[in-house]
Amino acid sequence: MLHQILFFIFAAVAVAAAINLLLQKHPINSALSLVVVMGALAVLYLLLGAEFVAAVQLIVYAGAIMVLFVFTIMLLNAGIEERTPGSTVATLIGVPGVAALIGLCVFVFARGRLGESGYTIGQFHASTQDIGRLLFQDYLLPFEVTSVLVLIGIMGAVVLAKRDDASPADRAPEITAEAPRPESQEPAERIHA
Amino acid sequence: MVPISYYLVLSAILFCLGVAGFLLKRNIITIFMSIELMLNAVNLSFVAFSAELHRLSGNIFVFFVMVVAAAEAAVGLAIIIEVFRTRDTLNIDKVNLLKM
Repeated sequence: MLHQILFFIFAAVAVAAAINLLLQKHPINSALSLVVVMGALAVLYLLLGAEFVAAVQLIVYAGAIMVLFVFTIMLLNAGIEERTPGSTVATLIGVPGVAALIGLCVFVFARGRLGESGYTIGQFHASTQDIGRLLFQDYLLPFEVTSVLVLIGIMGAVVLAKRDDASPADRAPEITAEAPRPESQEPAERIHA
Repeated sequence: MVPISYYLVLSAILFCLGVAGFLLKRNIITIFMSIELMLNAVNLSFVAFSAELHRLSGNIFVFFVMVVAAAEAAVGLAIIIEVFRTRDTLNIDKVNLLKM
């Protein structure tokens, strides 16, 4: 009974926050909604006995990855989403299509004979010790390949984020030619004052 | 007593909402967040199957998915910053050329 109550509360929280992610116009609101989804999912992982995954979900996803997102949004000063003709077409076709997809998936999973016995809290316990043993014995090669992937990811991020020496000089005249920046007007005012 | 199919239905709903965000949103960062939502939905079904079948492999796969998601977020956000530097927009409809 407790399991059902907790499941329905946090499932409702997750779905509501995911819908809020779609409805919000400003990316920072969407990012905070996604943090709520991830927290609710961490509780559901705990209900399923996966304590290690729940902790990693909070630390890596809700902690590290979402901080990266919020940092990028604030760095780029992202504003309210613009509307374009493409978004109208996407809404007209996308919303019924996605509703049909949800209906189909729910129909298939709800009708399937999967796990009719049900699952109660504490039936299965994935301890961190067992996961570590499995990870470093049976899944050692995938683990090492993953470390190479992360190394490549770090190098890719550094290469992409590094500014070229020639490009700022090329781009600077374009920016001033298109629209004078507010910063460039400030010195002039100071001179007048 | 919660049937495992409830978890799968929740996972499917979250995944479809992620697909909807990917199709409907016009901001690159929000589209990227929709992808993360889809990855999370898949993780939930992995953990649900892990508990149903009493196997630990599902938890290991979630671990790998998280590592890939972290690497993807780092590289993807670097690409987004680079796109914003070259065209001063985050609107996906205005990013229609690979090179400019």
